[in-house]
Amino acid sequence: MLTCENLVKKYMTVTAVENISLEIEPGRIYALLGPNGSGKTTFMKMVAGLIKPTSGRILMEGSPVGVESKKKIAYMPTESYFYPYMNCKDVGLYYQDFFEDFSMERFYELMEKMNLSHQDKVSKMSSGMMAKLKLAVTLARDAKLIMLDEPLNGIDIIAREQIINSIILCAGQDKAIVMSSHLVDELEKIIDYAIFIKNGEVERMGDAEALREESGKSIVDIYKEIYA
Amino acid sequence: MDFKANVPIYLQVMNDIKKQIVCRQIALGEKLPSTRELAVKYQINPNTAVRIYNEMELEGICFTRRGLGTFVTEDEEKYESMKEEITQGPIEEFVLGMKELGYTKETMIRAIEDYFERG
Repeated sequence: MLTCENLVKKYMTVTAVENISLEIEPGRIYALLGPNGSGKTTFMKMVAGLIKPTSGRILMEGSPVGVESKKKIAYMPTESYFYPYMNCKDVGLYYQDFFEDFSMERFYELMEKMNLSHQDKVSKMSSGMMAKLKLAVTLARDAKLIMLDEPLNGIDIIAREQIINSIILCAGQDKAIVMSSHLVDELEKIIDYAIFIKNGEVERMGDAEALREESGKSIVDIYKEIYA
Repeated sequence: MDFKANVPIYLQVMNDIKKQIVCRQIALGEKLPSTRELAVKYQINPNTAVRIYNEMELEGICFTRRGLGTFVTEDEEKYESMKEEITQGPIEEFVLGMKELGYTKETMIRAIEDYFERG
């Protein structure tokens, strides 16, 4: 579905992504793992078409990243990006204007599952509510590739469970979900595939159960081994 | 459910379901949740949920009725063998732990009897 070949991103003197080549297949949930500053967000932003790689290729279903790929890729950044005067409903309507595959019905369904109400105002939201709203608008799109940057960062355990349930329910055979995190244990159970990024390169990747069986270790322990 | 780090997740969930069947919390012949419901219940990957039912089907613990869902076997013999299998784990763990403490078969049995007499 998504092919990345020798991706590099350099900023003046800093190299954010050194060399990433990987393949994302439909029907799977991926974890993009690595400590802060390892290049996860830069990688996602390049795939989303928000920043341009210095060199390398990204192909979404055979064609390079651009207007067409953006129709198929939903990206949720870590920062919040809604206008403070909007309420939840406004955010949904705003998204509907931008994306053909956005469904208001699905958005309301997701909001209800996560205990958000239409009138909740962006400016008065806690960080947990904001995280849930961001997830709801992203998952209300019927995108082929869903990329979630740190969906569980700073979220209490109740909201975390609601978020994980929403992600499980939206997974499907024709879709791929890529989630980044530096909190591995939260993702351990729900992923098919783990990609470990270290200093802007893929250090190790593989099927999660196979990695566990091969090494006799949990993904968390493999993570510690790689980064400690 | 708390997951152990070094055992594959599908095996842990399978064991949990088997335990429930053995304790009759899930009856023989009962319909099991859909794979998606199972994924949400245990907060696991949907593909892992599919694998769990596939493996259980291979073991003859459950079967699929096309369009209706997955059901627990009605076979009493299968139930008995499942019960035997599931009790091996705790027994093994106990025996190994006691052996480490220097217990033999006889002293172990006495220790168990003493434990029950004390109530």
